[in-house]
Amino acid sequence: MPVELTAPASAESKSVLRLPGDPDIWFLIFAELMTFGMFFVAYVGYRALEVDLFNESQLSLDRTLGVINTLFLLTSSWAVVTAIESARKNQVKAVPRYLALAIALGVGFMVIKYFEYSAKFAVGISLTTNTFFNFYFALTMIHLVHVIGGTIVLIVLWSNARDGKYHAGNTRGLETGASFWHMVDLLWIFLFPLLYLLR
Amino acid sequence: MPAILLNPHRTWLILVIATAATFWVRADGLVGITAGAATLAIAAIKGRLVILDFMELRHAPNPWRSVISGWLMLVTVLLMVVYAFGPSLLAGVAKP
Repeated sequence: MPVELTAPASAESKSVLRLPGDPDIWFLIFAELMTFGMFFVAYVGYRALEVDLFNESQLSLDRTLGVINTLFLLTSSWAVVTAIESARKNQVKAVPRYLALAIALGVGFMVIKYFEYSAKFAVGISLTTNTFFNFYFALTMIHLVHVIGGTIVLIVLWSNARDGKYHAGNTRGLETGASFWHMVDLLWIFLFPLLYLLR
Repeated sequence: MPAILLNPHRTWLILVIATAATFWVRADGLVGITAGAATLAIAAIKGRLVILDFMELRHAPNPWRSVISGWLMLVTVLLMVVYAFGPSLLAGVAKP
């Protein structure tokens, strides 16, 4: 029998339209995107009222650490995508390895954020310093909660993957967690330039 | 074709290059509002790649593909408009 007829629906079969994971996760993702979208626009709006203050405050942020964290999340997302690809190819043992890489990069993001916050607190900068830092701390802390939550989800997926649970016949749970993790990446793709770069 | 050139591995490479480009724009590439607009445009391109290739919405049915892509477009346009015209439009508004 031709392989094409028996292969499960996947991203490789371009003609089949398919939403990855549990459809419920997409309602959550949409709600999160709308909420953060409003935060982003509010940030740029408040910035318009105090452009000089925002530009000056932004200079105290460490752009290099921001870039490293961006690369961490992008690569973590790639690792999760590759874990799903491995599961679809029935390379069951590769799945937990890629998930472990994704988890390590998620933890790396948290460690860098810890050092960034510590450096700010050490020089007396906090959430209440000014409008820029209100946004900086509030937005990055809300995002960090999502990084922590997403990493916990990845650890659960990793544990299941070690038991060989994910293969070509079962990628649904993996895809559901992955979709949330990509959303965390997507939000940082905007947060980083808005807070660290936009002048 | 080498595996690195295929989706989504190619997407990851483009995202890394785009991140480097953002850094260059800010470091010494462009100045003023052009740099800001370029920074937002690069973020939008990166967001689109994540949505289509990582989230796999390129092969997802509507309305999901349109809804999430639409969110990206709406947010990008709003950010660009408020960034570019906000300071002059809100010049008379009392600071909070």
